[in-house]
Amino acid sequence: MSGLIKSSIARKVVMALSGLFLVFFLAQHFTINITSVVAPDTFNEWSHFMGYNGLVQFILQPILIAGVIVHFVMGIALEIKNNKARAIKYKKYNGAANASWVSRNMIITGLVVLAFLGLHFYDFWVHEIDYKYIAGNAEDPTRYYHETVEKFEPFWRTALYVVSFVLLSLHLWHGFASSFQSMGVNNKYTPAIQTFTKIYAIVIPLGFIFIALYHHFNPITH
Amino acid sequence: MKLNLKIWRQKDANSKGELVDYTLDGVEGDMSFLEMLDVLNEDLINNGKEPVHFDHDCREGICGTCSLQINGEPHGPDRLVTTCQLHMRKFKDGDTIVIEPFRATAFPVIKDLVVDRSAFDRIQQAGGYISVNTSGNTVDANAIPINKHDADDSFYAATCIGCGACVAACKNASAMLFTSAKVSQFALLPQGRVEATERVQNMVRQMDLEGFGNCTNTGACEVECPKGISLENIARMNREYLSATTKG
Amino acid sequence: MGILDSKVPSGPLAEKWTNHKNNINLVNPANKRNIDIIVVGTGLAGGSAAATLAELGYNVKTFCYQDSPRRAHSIAAQGGINAAKNYQGDGDSAYRLFYDTIKGGDYRSREANVYRLAEESVNIIDQCVAQGVPFARDYGGMLDNRSFGGVLVSRTFYAKGQTGQQLLLGAYAAMNRQINRGKIKPYNRHEMMDLVLVDGKARGIIARNLVTGEIERHSAHAVVLATGGYGNVFFLSTNAMGSNVTAAWKAHRRGAFFANPCFTQIHPTCIPVSGDHQSKLTLMSESLRNDGRIWVPKRLEDAQAIREGKLKPTQLKEEDRDYYLERRYPAFGNLVPRDVASRAAKERCDAGFGVNKTGEAVYLDFASAIQRYGKETALTRGIKNPDNKTITKLGKEVIEAKYGNLFQMYEKIVDENPYETPMMIYPAVHYTMGGLWVDYNLQTTIEGCYCAGEANFSDHGANRLGASALMQGLADGYFVLPYTIGDYLSNDIRTGAIPTDLPEFDQAEKDVQDRINKLMSGSGKHSVDYYHKKLGKIMWNKCGMARNAKGLEEAMEEISALRADFWENVKVPGAANSMNAELEKAGRVADFLELGELFAKDALTRNESCGGHFREEYQTEEGEALRDDENFKFVSAWEYKGEPKDAVLHKEELVYENIELKTRSYK
Repeated sequence: MSGLIKSSIARKVVMALSGLFLVFFLAQHFTINITSVVAPDTFNEWSHFMGYNGLVQFILQPILIAGVIVHFVMGIALEIKNNKARAIKYKKYNGAANASWVSRNMIITGLVVLAFLGLHFYDFWVHEIDYKYIAGNAEDPTRYYHETVEKFEPFWRTALYVVSFVLLSLHLWHGFASSFQSMGVNNKYTPAIQTFTKIYAIVIPLGFIFIALYHHFNPITH
Repeated sequence: MKLNLKIWRQKDANSKGELVDYTLDGVEGDMSFLEMLDVLNEDLINNGKEPVHFDHDCREGICGTCSLQINGEPHGPDRLVTTCQLHMRKFKDGDTIVIEPFRATAFPVIKDLVVDRSAFDRIQQAGGYISVNTSGNTVDANAIPINKHDADDSFYAATCIGCGACVAACKNASAMLFTSAKVSQFALLPQGRVEATERVQNMVRQMDLEGFGNCTNTGACEVECPKGISLENIARMNREYLSATTKG
Repeated sequence: MGILDSKVPSGPLAEKWTNHKNNINLVNPANKRNIDIIVVGTGLAGGSAAATLAELGYNVKTFCYQDSPRRAHSIAAQGGINAAKNYQGDGDSAYRLFYDTIKGGDYRSREANVYRLAEESVNIIDQCVAQGVPFARDYGGMLDNRSFGGVLVSRTFYAKGQTGQQLLLGAYAAMNRQINRGKIKPYNRHEMMDLVLVDGKARGIIARNLVTGEIERHSAHAVVLATGGYGNVFFLSTNAMGSNVTAAWKAHRRGAFFANPCFTQIHPTCIPVSGDHQSKLTLMSESLRNDGRIWVPKRLEDAQAIREGKLKPTQLKEEDRDYYLERRYPAFGNLVPRDVASRAAKERCDAGFGVNKTGEAVYLDFASAIQRYGKETALTRGIKNPDNKTITKLGKEVIEAKYGNLFQMYEKIVDENPYETPMMIYPAVHYTMGGLWVDYNLQTTIEGCYCAGEANFSDHGANRLGASALMQGLADGYFVLPYTIGDYLSNDIRTGAIPTDLPEFDQAEKDVQDRINKLMSGSGKHSVDYYHKKLGKIMWNKCGMARNAKGLEEAMEEISALRADFWENVKVPGAANSMNAELEKAGRVADFLELGELFAKDALTRNESCGGHFREEYQTEEGEALRDDENFKFVSAWEYKGEPKDAVLHKEELVYENIELKTRSYK
């Protein structure tokens, strides 16, 4: 098994699988969030379910966190190895001549998204843990909508969210289709996968941006 | 035309190198890039200086000996050519051209622009062959029909000249395009299937040992490859490797 | 004359090889482990020999000047490899291949060797397919063939325009398998500097590590030279920049006879020279002559207008074009052998019909092939009454599928689109039929020193047919040498390892060191290339496609003087104890300067025209080669005696028991 993880191809597959898992999670996350714009009651209902369902909380959530960690740790490990593979750099390197900026800078977009995840965890996950387990508050199936909208009141937070989602879009733009190549899929469906990737990489982050902006400009009046 | 050249000079593997400026006049568009360097070297020799060392041999784009990172791209700005077939008509009077060796930790510099690409040989030694003896009585060549499509794909993979442009272009100095072309060439033929499992495992292991980087699917290798080797080969090798690993 | 024993086995032609294999001595597997063999050169002949010898159990060391065995110049062979498989059912057989090769060589090769080559040709294809060489196939999954010059059957196997590459990668893969087993130890970026003889037998080499400059001693029980041809004596040729005669020449100086040095192949279809800066010439495969038609304008004024850029070739009407090969040789047309096609091109250009600015080019035109294929394709696709545009488009697609890589190469070099305007081509030095003299066992006149592939002289006579070089290299390496060398080595099973501290090694190393010191201490007037280019000019002008006694005598004197100047005034910068490309070149050019003179002497001695050797004094009224079987039906084998002009000629009379000697005609 250790041999497996040492192999460059196996590591790539781990990156691809964890990435695809996160892509899938992102779609699910988006589906729930968009209800906060169109149907706040549904949003509360689904959020409550996610927050208190045992399967979600104690099985799926750890898997998700593990997925994020694996994707991140492996990404960093690969970056370090790749850096070592060219110890002496070129004086002149025209990377733009043969590859897109996005594909060459996954580490930058990835790290920005990671930094954003820190904020996001602080905003929601830490808050949830505090609410449920430390403060020991009682269940309140109607609190989620308010809490969410309030978060987008400050301009700085909304702006950070928007910027982060732009970078997430760039990360997805290369990463989604790339994960198929890493797992050995390159065939007649590849053009379709690439098109879908581009649509996905634009629609989902744009949707999140829309939600953030919507709540920012439509605050709850007390 | 007149050119400003910035060329990497390095005495030997242990010395520290640097870019040195040269001005070269009288360059013609019909010259190949290497013939332009020949002219520079003739000048240097006549002035009692040591000529610039660079790898080259067939000068018709097939041996894979010539290399050179030219203005930040392996084999220069033209597509589907090696440096020996890059012609000076691709440049303009007064251009500045930066010439560096292919850079990768697995390709250490020997002198000036000459690098050691023996890592590629070792990858092939690890499994890039079909174990058949020279007996003179193997089965008739037409005994196993091979689908034309597969034979052609195998051929296209096998046209890799092992120049190392893929490694030089890749931001990670990854040798995946090279290795996958070698794996694919055999994987696509019935003769090559027998040892397919061991071959891909051994060759990938050697590739990793040599210190090449990982593939991040930027596609730079495919763009810069003078023979147009396709990324499909990398996907095929990934598949082969996964299936070999699950087989155990 | 008694010195040369060709050792051709007795018996009927078709049984000689089998009988010979049945009767020669073998070395048992356990003893093979105690025997070392050095193979110099890793192209098709050397690579395949090394792999097979190692597979048999010998300890093999390979040497090549390139950074990898896979880069040997065999890799550049384009068109294909012949084999008498008769897959096309067009009446081919080993005998026909044998006959075509002897005739193509203008009756100057050894019958028994050529028959063996034809016999083994079929095994090569089987072997290569088993190794995974991806030859071209048809839609039924069977191997495809095409036709080459000088023959009337389709027996050429190919892999697009990269057959040599694919075959070499096959041999290299076979080597890799043995390297992985530890049976081959590869010494890349190493150049053989001398052959070491102990008690008259080849027992090792002195090599220079081209990275460190270190001089190394390597011993073995036998030495195989598979170091290719010496076409670079002309400076401009289709050979690789590094291709050289040094290894063969060093063996020659140590006692190996050099055979037929003047037999050089000038290939008719190469990209013409564009200027003084030119460093090498690029071949356009002979396979193009399957579909391309060669022509020049009929009228001198049209040729001149074309040279001055006032007229485009496509503007010239059909009746104003001279398809001179079709006119002169109706039976073979554009597919006459190389020597004939080259001379015909030279004849037209000398007469003033050349079509590029230097006046040294003819057209190779695909327009009619594009039309023919276009109509065919339209028909098979059921397109009724196709217009011209459709036909041209479809035709171009077919041509692209067949020769795409060659057309692309042409466009990159010349900057003209050969789909739209005819290619310009001109003959260039391509292959050398001459080489070290070897007997039937491929042993040179030095015991234990063998020679295979282009480096030997054996199979192609005075002219090689297309797609036969690859065949010979692989036949020698895979199927001949590994057996015949065993006969010799069977006497060495008790010898034990050869020590490298023998006085013979000391002396050889000292000779090498002295020579390097001498090269490094020239007065420094001129670069190595200066001398090489001068030599090339002399060779091309006086020992090229047409030679005469006066020119050859001048050439000998000029080369001799140039050699003296070289040793006096050459400039080699840098140090000997590090990588030094100029020093490498200097050593090679020094040997070319000796070979060149012997080449001219050989051409001067041969008072006849045959194959690639055309003496202006010996031609028919129609300008065809006039062979003299009565006086020159022999192999010239030269013995080294110091200065090349003092070399001593030994003749191996050629005996034709199975073929009647005829005047070669392709009319």
